[in-house]
Amino acid sequence: MEVALAGLIAAFFAVSLYLLLSRAVVRMLLGVVVLSNAVNLLIFTAGRLTAEIPPIIPGSQYVPIEGAANPLPQALILTAIVIGFALFAFLLVLGYRAYQELDADNTDTMRLAEPTDAPRPPLSY
Amino acid sequence: METEGSSYDALDLPVAMIEAGSVAAGEWIVVWPVALALLGAGLLVMLRGHKALQAWFAAAIVLAITVSNLTLLVTVFENGPVALTMGGWLPPFGITFAADMTSALFALAASIATLVVLVYAQVEIEDREYGYGFFPLLLLLLCGVSGSFLTGDIFNLYVWFEVMLIASFGLLSMGGTRIQLDGTLKYGFLNLLATTFFLIAIAYTYGLTGTLNMADLVAKADDLPLGPMLTVAALFLFAFAIKAAAFPANAWLPAAYHTPKVAVSAVFGGLLTKVGAYAAIRILVMIFPEGRDMLVPAITALAVTTMVLGPLGAMAQTNLRRAVGFMVIGGIGVILGGLAIVAPADVQGMAATAVARQGLGGAVLYGFHSMLTLTAFYLVAGLIERMSGTDDIRFMGGLYLASVPLSIMFVVLVFAIAGMPPFLGFWPKLILVEGTIRAGNWVLMVALLVNSLLTLVAASRLWAHIFWRNGEEGARSEQRNTRLRVLEPREVRFGLMPVIALMALIVVFGLFPNWLFEAGGVAGLDLVMPDRYVDAVFAEVPN
Repeated sequence: MEVALAGLIAAFFAVSLYLLLSRAVVRMLLGVVVLSNAVNLLIFTAGRLTAEIPPIIPGSQYVPIEGAANPLPQALILTAIVIGFALFAFLLVLGYRAYQELDADNTDTMRLAEPTDAPRPPLSY
Repeated sequence: METEGSSYDALDLPVAMIEAGSVAAGEWIVVWPVALALLGAGLLVMLRGHKALQAWFAAAIVLAITVSNLTLLVTVFENGPVALTMGGWLPPFGITFAADMTSALFALAASIATLVVLVYAQVEIEDREYGYGFFPLLLLLLCGVSGSFLTGDIFNLYVWFEVMLIASFGLLSMGGTRIQLDGTLKYGFLNLLATTFFLIAIAYTYGLTGTLNMADLVAKADDLPLGPMLTVAALFLFAFAIKAAAFPANAWLPAAYHTPKVAVSAVFGGLLTKVGAYAAIRILVMIFPEGRDMLVPAITALAVTTMVLGPLGAMAQTNLRRAVGFMVIGGIGVILGGLAIVAPADVQGMAATAVARQGLGGAVLYGFHSMLTLTAFYLVAGLIERMSGTDDIRFMGGLYLASVPLSIMFVVLVFAIAGMPPFLGFWPKLILVEGTIRAGNWVLMVALLVNSLLTLVAASRLWAHIFWRNGEEGARSEQRNTRLRVLEPREVRFGLMPVIALMALIVVFGLFPNWLFEAGGVAGLDLVMPDRYVDAVFAEVPN
């Protein structure tokens, strides 16, 4: 099972890096979504895949029973999903605003902050 | 969860946890900076309609945070590292906040810089931006930065990174001019990528060790095989190199930092990249020292190229704040250089520790200096832009006649940032150069000196073009620059005065560096041999 998930995660990473290397902002946004999901799956797998015993501690005991699922990665993933979604939402709006204002979806033509025809530095001194 | 490092039994710990009493109250000092900032940000959102109240309230909160950080620094000086684990859980299960000298120094510099920027913001922030939430976002940024410095949990560090990131998005794009959107887009994507890589490294660390608590990791990471350890350490280095804007992952910084308001530029230039550098120091040195040792050639290469290309980039700019942005990058190279100072292979034991300690002490102090100096540099640049009405250094000439204090402050900054005595920047550089000699890392030593020289050239070129020259570029010498105006009383009160106060601090720290030397030594030692840090975190755990 770990091997299958590892393959899936690798595919996710490959897809997301390919998309992030694109010049189009929309594709980069999709790359961000795929990347955050790849990481979520990675955390899940890193926490070990165990049998389906829920991590609930019986009333008479202090610790979960042997072989119970690891609840910590799930908490980590939940946090990562929330954060990842919030940041994606912001970037989505930002990308849309940039498209409106700069009239460009192509990052090659977004050179307002760093103009390509920047003047040469003064040569005195 | 079995450990070799600590002496508790797997079954006894949950029992102990349930039966444990309350945590000693004195250690709450570690969470005050973060709690105050978070609380203040929330209250400021509620005060969004009251323009007059907002600034005063925000200043009061940041002042309280600064006092709290100062108390923390004194406590750490006297008693060693302090720690607090949340929610009645015992470490390593609860989320731990822990501060050693490194954390305390960085947190103090961050709150001082934010306080100055907050006052400066009075001359810059327009009425509508009070409603957009400038002050809450600034406090949230400080919250994220302080949290990153003070947390003792590696996943919690990731969360603070994201708090910082989302607040910085808001500050950077506030106002929404076209150039800001362009800068924010590049900043946003690359920084999100960096934190995602950080998260990947965290996932691997958790998979390998089964813990996320830094103090717990110190013991457990030692047992890792070299292969996985190198992989994880390299991933952390990659993520933090992007965050810290080290070459070749620095492209986002000069694209974004000159686009927002000067107050925002200043707080970003002072605080954000240093968080990346701090995290690199904390994780690579304290948790994965063997991984760091293997990565020394890579860190050296990163540091040397960053140190040289930063000031070279600054020389090639005509936009003043972009030039300062490149100097931020150069300073990051110096901090990374401190990470690459390790003893040569034939030196072992305490002598090797002393070498590494010196490099790290220098790096921490340089970070402290860099936070204060670069904030001041951006603010001075903002005043210059106000007086000349342009951001292009070709048209700023002749400012000396318009403002003598500004001219003097700029000279002080030029020397401070280049690491000339007697200013604050000199002492960490001295420690670092001495460290490279003891480590036998000649490439790094030459690079540190070249960095000083190039920074001096780049910064004094700025001074010559802005202040010394009589008029604009190409103008004849008797032709005065007609763009220039003097500062209004309000700009002097809220713009010039806080910068003068910050400069005074930089000069005083430079003239009386003894406590800094001592603090740097303690910081370096606690990073190389984190026994006191680990003991402070596990103080509550029954043996």
